[in-house]
Amino acid sequence: MSAISFPEPALAAQADEHAQPRARRWYRQPALAAGLILLAIILAAAIGAPLLTPYNPIKQNLGASLLGPGGHHLLGTDQLGRDTFSRLLYGLRTDLRIAFIAVLAPFCIGVVIGCVSGYFGGWVDAVLMRLVDIVVAFPFYVLIIALVFVLGPGQRSIYIAITLVGWVSYARIIRGEILVAKRQDYVLAARSGGLSAVRIIGRHLLPNVITQAIIYAMSDIVQDILAIVTLGYFGLGVPPPTPDLGSMINNGQNFLTTHWQLTTFPGLAVVAVGLALSLIGDGLADLIRPGQS
Amino acid sequence: MGRMTFVAHRLLMLIPVAIGVTIVVFFMIHLIPGDPARTILGIHATPQRIAILHRQWGLNRPLVSQYWLFMDRLVHGNLGQSLYYGGSAGQLILQRLPPTLWLIVYAAVLAVLISVPLATIAATRKDALRDQIVRAVPLLGLGMPPFWVGILLVYALAIHVHAFPVSGYGTGFLGHLHYMFLPALTVAIALAPVVIRALRASMLNVLGAEYITTARSKGVPGTRLFLRHVLRNAVIPAVTVLGINIGYLIGGTVIIEYIFAIPGIGQLMINSIFQRDFPVVQGVTLVFGVLVVLVNLLADLSYAALDPRVRFDR
Repeated sequence: MSAISFPEPALAAQADEHAQPRARRWYRQPALAAGLILLAIILAAAIGAPLLTPYNPIKQNLGASLLGPGGHHLLGTDQLGRDTFSRLLYGLRTDLRIAFIAVLAPFCIGVVIGCVSGYFGGWVDAVLMRLVDIVVAFPFYVLIIALVFVLGPGQRSIYIAITLVGWVSYARIIRGEILVAKRQDYVLAARSGGLSAVRIIGRHLLPNVITQAIIYAMSDIVQDILAIVTLGYFGLGVPPPTPDLGSMINNGQNFLTTHWQLTTFPGLAVVAVGLALSLIGDGLADLIRPGQS
Repeated sequence: MGRMTFVAHRLLMLIPVAIGVTIVVFFMIHLIPGDPARTILGIHATPQRIAILHRQWGLNRPLVSQYWLFMDRLVHGNLGQSLYYGGSAGQLILQRLPPTLWLIVYAAVLAVLISVPLATIAATRKDALRDQIVRAVPLLGLGMPPFWVGILLVYALAIHVHAFPVSGYGTGFLGHLHYMFLPALTVAIALAPVVIRALRASMLNVLGAEYITTARSKGVPGTRLFLRHVLRNAVIPAVTVLGINIGYLIGGTVIIEYIFAIPGIGQLMINSIFQRDFPVVQGVTLVFGVLVVLVNLLADLSYAALDPRVRFDR
């Protein structure tokens, strides 16, 4: 997925520039590597789901309902006889796809608004930042749930809701970075050279501040997955029978005392995704800002 | 800038945000695809009822005049009529507010009780095994869906061990304390990773400060040094982080109240969503927005009052 691979060139350049003590690099690189490997495994499992499991995730088999783990079904089956492992992989596929797509629009919008706000300042900045304050005033889950409810359940609503709410963090981060960066000599030089604002922002400022937004995007994807799973749990996400981790947890909750695996494993899958992305985010942050941990 | 000017300035800044919050909530109705009145009433939609809603919300008037109507009702404390429960949405929300406030405060206290010892364990021996273990907590914790943690806690501590009730609010102070422990713990677990990170970082900062070296060289004993010199100074940034995440904390209660059947406004919101009770969902969203704005204001003001180093020249 492109969202993960594009920090690579920046990484290589940074690593050369700041020759770090061996001890730090030895500890830090594995965190990033572990995150990337874990994410690669998860993505491979999700994308390769049809190859990894012979069972159709939505095909019911009432003769084989609520089987325990082991045997033909690795993680057992649910009350409709659907294979849990298969639903888990396909559910991951659904939720990861939505999360990775959902993060793109807020990322772009937030970065542009942050650039404009930070670079131009004045009343533009004041208006945009009040707008940020207003969106931030609402608790994340409350606004997302309310918006998806109003727009009607489903993927399209999830994308719209996450875009409407998610851009603010990127705008704040980029604005803060631009405020510092625009006072640097290289920007003053570009300005006195008569370059246009668009060119200064696009060619000179953005490459220097974008990494912060990318690092934040890692934790933002985690937050989006949690939101998607939560919406699925409340029946506001992807409509059934498409497998989704949230609706799997909701469904498994009814059999918690007898079939704990139905609730536990979908949640663990989410935790694994969160772990992978957090490791990547932390690893990137340490590589880009050496000396801070 | 003096202290009073700061307070006045902060209150003044509140006005555009408060108006913005009402505009967002007002516009929610216009995000509904098709005719909002028809969609909201769903299968109960008779032409008469649709006409009533149109008149109530002024749907056939220009937007500005609709917003004016909305604000006029709002300042009179009227959030509209609940379509499912019948009565006034405002009254309904007001009745359900105490359990939510209880949960928020309880969860914040538990989050601090979890985070301070863990951050201390980590920061006092940087890069040691115990530091590494504590630093792994946020990595795992941030990816845990709060409702899933709640379900597992119910299974482990309520159904399996019978240590806590499965759901409910309890009666009396001790009853609330007992019944709300698991829900508050769930919210605290969701919040703790962020606080642990911030607290550990600020403790490391303080531990490296010159006044700590001075205190050490004066022979201040370890415990005293830690409590009086390190913790006091390190807690301030952590409280700020808690303040910034108050929205997340308050939002988390929505889901947790539903899981644990706590009769607060979060559960009211989810139930109203299931009943397609639009005025109540709109009202709860507004109340949550106002709650966060007020808590942020309180945090800013108390922070300014408590920390003598806070300057007022913003």
